[in-house]
Amino acid sequence: MSQTVTEELRCRVEDLRISLPARGVDVVDHVDLTLKAGEILGLVGESGSGKTTTGTALLGYARTGAAISGGDIEVAGHKVRELGPAQVRAIRGVTIGYVPQDPSSALNPSIRIGAQLRELLDLHDIGTPEERGRRIRQILPEVGLPNDEAFLRRYPHQLSGGQVQRVALAMVFLPRPQVLVLDEPTTGLDVTTQGMVLRTLEELCRRFDVAALYVTHDLSVVATISNRVAVMYAGRLAEIGPVKQIFTNPSHPYTRALLNAIPHLHRPFALTGIPGRTPAPGNRPPGCRFNDRCSFAVPECSAEEPPDVEVSPGHFAACIRTDALPAWDPTDRVVADTDPRRDRKIILTVSDLDIFYGTSHVVHGVNFDLAVQEVVALVGESGSGKTTISRCVGGIHDNWDGTIAVDGEPLATAARKRTADQRRRVQYIFQNPYLSLNPRRTVEQILVRPLELFGVATGKAARERAAQLLEDVQLGESAMSLRTNRLSGGERQRVAIARAIAVEPDILVCDEITSALDVSIQGSITELLNSIKAERHISMLFVTHDLALVRSIADRILVLQNGRLVESGLAADVLDRPQEEYTQKLLANTPTLDRWMDTSH
Amino acid sequence: MLRDPRILTGSIIALVVVVLAILGPLFAPYGENEIVGKPFTMEGGPLGTDYLGQDVLSRVLYGGQSVLMIAVLATVLGVALGLVVGVTAAYVGGWLDELLMRGNDVLLAFPQILIALVVLSAVEQPTWWMIVLLVGIAHAPRVARVARGVALSYVNNDFVTAAEAIGEPRWRIAMFELGPNLVVPLLAETGLRLTYSIGTVAAIGFLGFASNPNAADWGQMTNENRLALLVQPWGVLAPVILIGLFTIGTNLIADGIGQRAAKGA
Repeated sequence: MSQTVTEELRCRVEDLRISLPARGVDVVDHVDLTLKAGEILGLVGESGSGKTTTGTALLGYARTGAAISGGDIEVAGHKVRELGPAQVRAIRGVTIGYVPQDPSSALNPSIRIGAQLRELLDLHDIGTPEERGRRIRQILPEVGLPNDEAFLRRYPHQLSGGQVQRVALAMVFLPRPQVLVLDEPTTGLDVTTQGMVLRTLEELCRRFDVAALYVTHDLSVVATISNRVAVMYAGRLAEIGPVKQIFTNPSHPYTRALLNAIPHLHRPFALTGIPGRTPAPGNRPPGCRFNDRCSFAVPECSAEEPPDVEVSPGHFAACIRTDALPAWDPTDRVVADTDPRRDRKIILTVSDLDIFYGTSHVVHGVNFDLAVQEVVALVGESGSGKTTISRCVGGIHDNWDGTIAVDGEPLATAARKRTADQRRRVQYIFQNPYLSLNPRRTVEQILVRPLELFGVATGKAARERAAQLLEDVQLGESAMSLRTNRLSGGERQRVAIARAIAVEPDILVCDEITSALDVSIQGSITELLNSIKAERHISMLFVTHDLALVRSIADRILVLQNGRLVESGLAADVLDRPQEEYTQKLLANTPTLDRWMDTSH
Repeated sequence: MLRDPRILTGSIIALVVVVLAILGPLFAPYGENEIVGKPFTMEGGPLGTDYLGQDVLSRVLYGGQSVLMIAVLATVLGVALGLVVGVTAAYVGGWLDELLMRGNDVLLAFPQILIALVVLSAVEQPTWWMIVLLVGIAHAPRVARVARGVALSYVNNDFVTAAEAIGEPRWRIAMFELGPNLVVPLLAETGLRLTYSIGTVAAIGFLGFASNPNAADWGQMTNENRLALLVQPWGVLAPVILIGLFTIGTNLIADGIGQRAAKGA
């Protein structure tokens, strides 16, 4: 990271308050931020922390129902709160740019690339027509694209996924913005594309001397790209400081809890979640907002809002207990890798698996096996076939050839053609708990039904068992009578896990089950899966795109590319000593916290 | 649900009309076919007399039951049929979906009232259940389209796949996984269909295809008394106002429910 931050202040936010006037509660309050030219400030937080709300406030925008109700926002010399709607519109996109999630979605598929880029300059009347053409030709090479006439005449669909992202980035930098708000621009992108977008963004921000606010939930991305980091919790800044300070000496218990929930690529890390739920606006506890979930809390913490304590120059933590925190040493959470000499009693064998969608052949001759009480991770980018393979094992996708055998007994293609016992032994957990649980049924109905269907228990016994399962997934019996739409994402996924383990399966197929969840919830779900594996001797097929997570949960790893198995082996071997070029490329593009692991930094 | 002003107003209006139709005969000052004066005059009750000199108010009070009952039964029949067809098409998919929905399109192409008229003029004496059947069947394709659309947004949801994966019988998936999700959107559709049913049943009455030509019936009354619309308008207006009120009421309810469904309540 080249440190070219100047002292020129580009953006200043003081005592920002954003509230919901209808309910009379604050979403965000007392937020102070500064951005210098050439600096990237990472603003991290979980859903509901108010990070996006804070980010868009820089553009003078508050979502419907919310209003910026207090504080000063100064962006490149403009006092945003004092501007009229027309004036705000004039600086948006020009002086201050906004990059949404998946930037390429901002491109209109029916307008040629050149015309789209020009449209922006025309709209804001920047430069003469010749200058506009020149600027477009200048910016494209900066993002690694050709700038000839043929390229400008293409439509977005004629470009590759990476190129489209590059065009979108070129569009952002074209009017030479002074301040940028980047709102999770890489969420949902493949690692390789994400790596490219991050590198390009970083380079352009430095080159054009832009001050950027990078809003994200992903601490590893922030560790890679930013100079400074601000951690937000329940509408307030918990901690802010230089990136090195935040990762080597986190001084707010919340920051530490977040870091404990994040997997590392090169060390098996025992992940833990944060107990409890993020409080919604209006339900936030008095005093320090984290006090009810904090393991360092003392009675004074709930008495009044903690002041910002300067831990080291430029590093502040809103916590009165900073002195009480032990020295930060992430290495003490490192656990042992899987012992390669461990006996493997094979339970699932997949051989010569070919999978088709209609007439297209998507997975080619995949072979692997899974042992009892073992977790095998299927990793790869989207389109690699990892989810497809897991769906075939679960009997949800039935257009395949080859053998999938449990204990040597080959399974039929579709779940319905399998015997009840075969169906019971393999249970599938879906990626998105918002879709996998029927919103119109209660938790009890959801859990009792598989028990009845497989004849495990009926009536009162089934209900008691459901209650026990809820205890096992740390939800508590009180959730029984709730409909799932009353539960948070993490709680829903716990219900889905309870449903899967209800019938005592031997194999759990987990399809990206943490990717729709917050970091701290991912940590606690991983914790839960590890304990289920140990207590119930369950084997898991764990599909994920997150290579770092693999290290914390899986024993073995299978790397897939375009439907072919390119590399497999023990997680430690593959991640530390990748043999194949594709695996190496994936690893190189994966943002990681590992560089901060050694406290000697 | 009743806190929604639209649903509340709609319910009150509809309820008043229903109560009037059910309890009406108890309060009628004269009998259903009692001659109380000269035709088309203001003799007898406050609303005057009809084409035979029968009391309009009493006939209005007597004449609601048949219309409302036939309309409600026809609606229930139509929604039930449509639901089965629509959910089957959406859930099974493939060629069956094509077959059902293209057949459905053919039925949709027929004007609703036309089928009813063809059949009713072919039989010697229409009976009430014939009207129920005809109106109900005419509704089914419209309900089927809506039911299919709503069900389609759920059939590929993971919770249905999850039920498939553990081998839940298909009828149970349709009933217990899809079913509860269809209730609210279809309630709105049912309200709308009820409104149309009333209209159609009244129109059939107006066109003279009643099961009993002598009985009081809101639809039939508009036909019987239309000759004297300028002289004695109440013979037509009174039943029309009640049909209108009931239609407005049920529509308000349907609208309110529909909007709540859209908001995801």
